[in-house]
Amino acid sequence: MPESIVTIMDVAIGGLLLGGIYALIAMGLSLQYGVARVLNISHGEFIMLGAFSTFTLYTVVGINPLICLAIVGPIAFIIGFLLQRTLFTQLRTSAPNPGAFEASSLLATFGLMYVIQGIALQIWGADYRAYTYLNFGVDLGGAIFSANKLVILGFAIGIGVAFYIFLARTHMGKGIRSAAQDPTTASLMGVNINRVLALCFGFGAAMAGLAGVLYSMRIPLNPAMGLQYTLIAIIIIVLGGLGSIPGAFIGGLILGIIGEIVTYIDPSLSLAAYYFIFMLLLLVRPKGIFGK
Amino acid sequence: MNITRFTSKGFLIPGLISLVILIALVTLPFYGSLYNVIMVTSILMYIILTVSWVLFSGPTGYMSLATAAFFGIGIYASAIFLPNTGAILPLLVVVVIGGLVSSLVALGVGALTLRLRGIYFAIFTFGLVVLILELGNWWEHTVTHTRGRFVMLVDNDVIFYIMLAIFVLLMLTTYLIRRSKFGLAMRSIGENEEAAAHIGVNVTMVKVITFAISAFFMGAAGVIWATKLTYVDPYVAFNPLFSFMPVLMAIFGGMGQIYGPVIGAVIFAYLQEKLQTEFPYYYMLIFGFVLVAAILYLPDGLIGLIQKLWRLIRRWRKGGAAKQDANT
Repeated sequence: MPESIVTIMDVAIGGLLLGGIYALIAMGLSLQYGVARVLNISHGEFIMLGAFSTFTLYTVVGINPLICLAIVGPIAFIIGFLLQRTLFTQLRTSAPNPGAFEASSLLATFGLMYVIQGIALQIWGADYRAYTYLNFGVDLGGAIFSANKLVILGFAIGIGVAFYIFLARTHMGKGIRSAAQDPTTASLMGVNINRVLALCFGFGAAMAGLAGVLYSMRIPLNPAMGLQYTLIAIIIIVLGGLGSIPGAFIGGLILGIIGEIVTYIDPSLSLAAYYFIFMLLLLVRPKGIFGK
Repeated sequence: MNITRFTSKGFLIPGLISLVILIALVTLPFYGSLYNVIMVTSILMYIILTVSWVLFSGPTGYMSLATAAFFGIGIYASAIFLPNTGAILPLLVVVVIGGLVSSLVALGVGALTLRLRGIYFAIFTFGLVVLILELGNWWEHTVTHTRGRFVMLVDNDVIFYIMLAIFVLLMLTTYLIRRSKFGLAMRSIGENEEAAAHIGVNVTMVKVITFAISAFFMGAAGVIWATKLTYVDPYVAFNPLFSFMPVLMAIFGGMGQIYGPVIGAVIFAYLQEKLQTEFPYYYMLIFGFVLVAAILYLPDGLIGLIQKLWRLIRRWRKGGAAKQDANT
């Protein structure tokens, strides 16, 4: 194959490998914002917590990172569920209108970000940590990718598709979708709105936690790493249309590919490029690609 | 008769209190320690950011998170025109330049984005901060090849007096805007934008001009703040924290009155300074808890709480008086 085609393949597959993780992170935030109306600034902190828990479980206890998925996911779900049940339910019921709730919950999650970072700083310290797992090369049509990146993509797509089927096919999934469209009417139709919102927030937190477990295989960890991923997730959910789960998934893959292309040109410009695209999109089509 | 009494009473007491506070502030370097002067300077900086944020976002209801961008532009103006190798322009000129550049950026951004509603405007303005931060980083890395810049040293008293002057100007501006037709137009936009447009308010112009005025003060404060920092790089200048702090301080104080945000900023800035120096390891944790608690339990801010307590006391006293009447 000619050199240029190999490079294009290289960038495209690399983009998908990055995009898988982005998709998972964005789906989590999309659930929290799209249904529960909480633009969760502390979303990235759940990624950080998932990543650090895996680091400790693997290096200290010796538990395989893939088994950590089954430990971290449920714990993150419970934390998210309880947060929605206590903090955000109180904010929602005391807010005079939906707009006021969006503003106050955004600020509350900003405070939450500080709390979670502060706790992580007490436990793990401010230094960078890393471990190696499945770090050998796999040949994909001439380009070499490390095995852990392929495992990450596989799990990210698996979790994304499983969740989509859950939303589309189950009774509870139907309840969540109806609450996303119109919470007042949904509750009139017998949907337990408080439980659905808590479930959504819990699922969102769980997805961030799972993304953290997976991502910890390929990047160094630090208590301050979360905010960056929150910002990327916000960009993606606006790109895919606020509240659209398939939009968040596809938007994540698209942003991963864009990121890989820009990194190929100049690595220090990738975040700036994300924001440039994001702001352009907000001006031209604020509803997002899949928004109605 | 009643009206004149009402207005003179409304002017006299707040005017006297403001005058006493102003005199206490102006003479501070003569009786306060150096530590006090530096502390009050940073409190003034937070007040300026908060009050200028409220100037636009309070009445119109558009939550701007661009504060760190305007503040950072001021900081960078300082780093460019006042390097430690020797000032290119006089300090006061740079203060005005920083303010003007910030308000020019605000004019452009405002004209583009003020048609975005609600959360979209907040997300966009926050994106602006990160975009400028990343572009600044890239520019410094690949074009100028600098890793941070140093700003010339300025006497602490001079920094204090310039910060104080910006603060006084800002308070006067806010007061005048609130009392003018312009302020009324802004409030009408916050209440109902379509209705405001229908009764002949030039909605876009009012919003963009106020946005630019508030950005001027943020930029000017950034210039003088940079001389206190002395070391500047894009991460220091465009720290997203400065976008969120004014919002939190304003909510903490309460936005209904002109002095609410000021009180919120004073208490928050003092708390932050104390926590940072006395509990450096638990600073983030405690601060986060205070933020969440303030949002949960003080939805109308401290001023709202005090007003509520005041009403309770008055009702209780009235109740007591009524009982006495019944007894006699």
